[in-house]
Amino acid sequence: MATFKDVDLGILGDPTRRAIFELVARRPQSVGELAENLPITRQAVSQHLRVLKDGGLVVDTAVGTRRIYRLNPDGVAAIQAYFQRIWDDALTAFQKAAEAAPTGDEQEHS
Amino acid sequence: MSSAPAIPNLHGKATVGLPVEKAFRFFTDSFGSWWPADYHIGEAAMADAILEPHVGGRWYERGVDGTECDWGRVLAWEPPSRLVVTWQINGQWQFDADPAHSSEIEVRFTADGPEETIVEIEHRHLDRLVAGQAIHDMIGQGGGWSAIAEAFAKVAEAGK
Repeated sequence: MATFKDVDLGILGDPTRRAIFELVARRPQSVGELAENLPITRQAVSQHLRVLKDGGLVVDTAVGTRRIYRLNPDGVAAIQAYFQRIWDDALTAFQKAAEAAPTGDEQEHS
Repeated sequence: MSSAPAIPNLHGKATVGLPVEKAFRFFTDSFGSWWPADYHIGEAAMADAILEPHVGGRWYERGVDGTECDWGRVLAWEPPSRLVVTWQINGQWQFDADPAHSSEIEVRFTADGPEETIVEIEHRHLDRLVAGQAIHDMIGQGGGWSAIAEAFAKVAEAGK
């Protein structure tokens, strides 16, 4: 039931892409490193990274023969995405907890 | 003032199956029971998060070791319809007391019939966070959000 209006962050609507974004947010890394931690192929990781890069959320730099991906330091979009994710999670958590909360009495319940 | 770009406000919206008074009370009184525990800044795992129910009140977390870390302050307290708090967490994932560096979060509760409430969140003045010296420096040095996120991930992992 939660809906989120935001600029161009629909690209984080895909759970795998969001997982990649979070891994890159934790530390800069290569496609190969990302693929090791995800149940998808390197090619699929690359495709998701391209979408993230086109959306301005990540940038890549060449280090030797590898390309290292990191959050876009100039990225307003990356900042927005970071906080949007927090509110997304928080509202979903609130909604779930509220559904489990009693509605008929004054008792607090958690 | 810095030349940091203005960042558009963020919005979130959800409908919960509670009357508006209860939705407001559950959101505030039981804040620590529903807030995702991964999102905390203390070194110790988060035991509770508290939103003090008055203007000027503290918004903070308490770790399992009893230490407290501030997140912000209550700017508006208008049960059951509206709440505004500051978010004053800087680039080192620490409380920044300077109001010039504080972003704001407004939460509005609107009754949608007797048993449902629409909860809307707006996070604004994100550019003030960027203008905060720590974040500004990190971006200037090219470390950017990866470094911040890494610091956050570290404390979040330490808290698991």
